[in-house]
Amino acid sequence: MAAVQKKSDTTAARLEGLSIPTGGAWATSARADALARVQSIGLPDRRDEYWKFTRPDTLVQAEAPRAALFTEDKETIFGEVDRLQIVFVDGVFDADQSDDLSLEGVSIERLRDAAEADIHWAKDLYGVLETRGQDPVARPLAALNTAAATDGIVIHVTGKAAKPIHLRYLHAEETSDAILHHLVKLEAGADVTILESGPAAARFNKCMEIDIADGAAFHHVRTQGRDHERRAVTHMFTRLGNKSAFKSFTMTANGVLTRNECIIELTGDDAIAHVAGAAMGDGDFHHDDTVFITHDAERCESRQVFKKVLRNGATGVFQGKILVKAGAQKTDGYQISQSLLLDGDSQFLAKPELEIYADDVICSHGSTSGAIDEEALFYLRARGVPEGQATDLLTLSFLAEAVDEIEDDGLREEVTGLLAGWLERRRG
Amino acid sequence: MLEIKNLHVDLEEEDKTILKGVNLSIEGGSVHAIMGPNGSGKSTLSYVLSGKDGYEVTKGSATLEGKDILEMEPEERASAGLFLAFQYPIEIPGVGNMTFLRTAVNAQRKARGEEEMSAAEFLKVVRAKAKDLKIDADMLKRPVNVGFSGGEKKRNEILQMAMLEPKMCILDETDSGLDVDAMKLVSEGVNALRDAGRGFLVITHYQRLLDHIKPDFVHIMADGRIVKSGGPELALEVEKNGYADILAEVA
Repeated sequence: MAAVQKKSDTTAARLEGLSIPTGGAWATSARADALARVQSIGLPDRRDEYWKFTRPDTLVQAEAPRAALFTEDKETIFGEVDRLQIVFVDGVFDADQSDDLSLEGVSIERLRDAAEADIHWAKDLYGVLETRGQDPVARPLAALNTAAATDGIVIHVTGKAAKPIHLRYLHAEETSDAILHHLVKLEAGADVTILESGPAAARFNKCMEIDIADGAAFHHVRTQGRDHERRAVTHMFTRLGNKSAFKSFTMTANGVLTRNECIIELTGDDAIAHVAGAAMGDGDFHHDDTVFITHDAERCESRQVFKKVLRNGATGVFQGKILVKAGAQKTDGYQISQSLLLDGDSQFLAKPELEIYADDVICSHGSTSGAIDEEALFYLRARGVPEGQATDLLTLSFLAEAVDEIEDDGLREEVTGLLAGWLERRRG
Repeated sequence: MLEIKNLHVDLEEEDKTILKGVNLSIEGGSVHAIMGPNGSGKSTLSYVLSGKDGYEVTKGSATLEGKDILEMEPEERASAGLFLAFQYPIEIPGVGNMTFLRTAVNAQRKARGEEEMSAAEFLKVVRAKAKDLKIDADMLKRPVNVGFSGGEKKRNEILQMAMLEPKMCILDETDSGLDVDAMKLVSEGVNALRDAGRGFLVITHYQRLLDHIKPDFVHIMADGRIVKSGGPELALEVEKNGYADILAEVA
């Protein structure tokens, strides 16, 4: 009873600190519904089964914990890519640093502008996939986001986007507490690449809802990190139509607490969903990938590929589920989560799950933890590569299966370069 | 060049002595072959010289150009000019062959205080050397040894040797896993590297490799020692009669 009261008090304190944005009728209604969901579910605590590996305290407390600004690294990630850049500083759209929002094949607006319109397509997406994603597992921090997001971007893709859209998140205040909500709707046959980078804020709660129509393709590459003290929880809710594709890769380096949730519904036949991640961290680094993929159509393929490199007491978490509904015949589901533990102090906690109600499927999952391969290390050293550099090469080798999920050669090379740079700096 | 004196080596995790007093002197420009039955300590000798963990040197010494290599880390031995062509080259997924080669070449140059090789220069050199060894460009782009046939792996070892230009090359059963054509190709690669300043230690079970890489000296190893040394005719004797007669003779 005391635990229930504590949860209720925590939720009330967090909500009290928020100012729910206003807007048109549909947005107000969606926010009110989401607020009711948060109040009904309550914010997570360690007693919740879905949070047993990750302590949510600092994500739910009323005030954002302080995070010092990371000033050493001024390089612009994806700087070599011809892209449309949209900048948020501590969760607020920055028009001066952003490019013009016009792009062939796409229409882009700020969420707050879309929310003011009486009639808008966003009405059918804002909070809709998030609400569907609350079952069978409650995701109160996503509902909190829908209720209180102060900014975000609304992207309607009607054809092939002329270039990638880069959402760049800058962190400028040590106590910033940002809540962003993005919507991406792809019409039939449309194609877009979304890039995301940056630490965003001292505490960051981000949600993206993605509706992918028949034959459309959504590509996503995200880098998080280098600002060690930051905390982040993100959700991606995705629904896929016939013969559509969703491919998402996330690289995380540092960050004291990161939880990335990805909730995917394969509702159209022959759809493909790949979600992958490479994470590296030291010390109090805690990184959690939580994925829930529902196969609800025939001949769909899903892949979950997650790799983590942990050192000096770092913790990695993976919770991945493949749910195959009755009738989702010929499903091909693959799930792998692996960690490379560079010392005996780090830990990897994994909960892979399969729940299958169809009888003609191929589903596999595997989860392992291991150390550096000593034979391979000796091979490299015997060629003159110093031990530290050889360890880095083997670390990149370990991460390669996840990084290879990035289809675009240039983006894959950029991410590999970022990983190699991070390893080299750490060694230095 | 390479001087091994009274080398005694134990396995670290077992109370077992593998090398029991190996003496060997290899001058630059010469090719020495070591033959011997399984378990005689041939591969252990190559691993100990290149610095693999798991072995404890209890007595004796090994120097390369007067420097005590047993005190060095494996990468220091490599930079000092020692190269081991592995019997079973390791597969390293996710690391491109070219990246690995360039990393190794420049790591050694850096360790020796030399200027690192530029990307353009490296590319030019590696392509030329790969062509000589009939290694196609696609193989250079693939991850190190992943999906390579036995012959490709050994050719890749020789390519590394050609790029790193060591002073002392140890070939640990390079003939294993090779068909006749591949053995000829690998041997041609080795022979192309023979010069007055470079020594070779070829560890093998069979005479057939020595048909292609003509040794100056042949040593028979048994029970952790070199029990007999001679010229190339010694390998022919082994091929004809096996080790039994030699072992009986020295017993």
